[in-house]
Amino acid sequence: MNHAAGHRVRDVLSVSNDPAVIERAEERVLSSLSQFHYPKASLFAVRLCLHEALSNSFRHGHRGLPENTPVRLSFDATAGQVEIHVEDQGPGFDPAEVPDPTLEENLERGSGRGLLLIRAYMAEAEYNAKGNSLRMVYKRPAGA
Amino acid sequence: MPGAESRIRVKRIDGVIQVEFVDRNILDEGNIQSIGDEVAALIDADPSPRLLISFANVEHLSSAALGTLITINNKIRAKSGQLRLTNIDPQIYEVFTITRLNKLFQIHPTVADAMRTFA
Repeated sequence: MNHAAGHRVRDVLSVSNDPAVIERAEERVLSSLSQFHYPKASLFAVRLCLHEALSNSFRHGHRGLPENTPVRLSFDATAGQVEIHVEDQGPGFDPAEVPDPTLEENLERGSGRGLLLIRAYMAEAEYNAKGNSLRMVYKRPAGA
Repeated sequence: MPGAESRIRVKRIDGVIQVEFVDRNILDEGNIQSIGDEVAALIDADPSPRLLISFANVEHLSSAALGTLITINNKIRAKSGQLRLTNIDPQIYEVFTITRLNKLFQIHPTVADAMRTFA
């Protein structure tokens, strides 16, 4: 499904845990933003957050599920913002239980930074009640 | 030494192991694992490793890559070695700032700056 209706680009993708598929999905979202001439810094931020969201889904959300279980990715891009949904098929998690990786005692932990980065770059980032679906919104910086 | 499929380029200058990445995007977890294994082998082979990692070619970096850098840092500290990071693009440096890892790592603008700080 692919709608490019005037001033918005929307799409829904099924993403499997394959580096080439993940890269194509990321490129699909970024190319939609390029149509609206988003600045390089925005492309960097959106790619990073999308990668972290997909990575969390496959690494944590789908732990114990068959390797080929796909993640559903949808996005809705306009000149002013892009809204992205990443939904996995796992049991979900409680984001409040993820330790703050910026605390002194957690600084040397090897993981837990994906969600921090998503929250830093995105204007909105929220999980559903089950904790298996992330909705995030990136807003174009003023004047960019 | 890294083989044909290496994800890093390695030079040894004045007793310092200089590592540079082959890939512009350090995102794929398989590649990150390979990088971690290759650098770990360099550290293991040196009694007191002095390691400089240049990000000159890097445009994207994931949190998994940051985790690998932390593992590398811990390995080096366990051998009383030294680690310096250099040539980090401003956008990627922001990632270090957000995660506060700029406080954990010694980061320098250029290779020359970093080389001067090795004891």
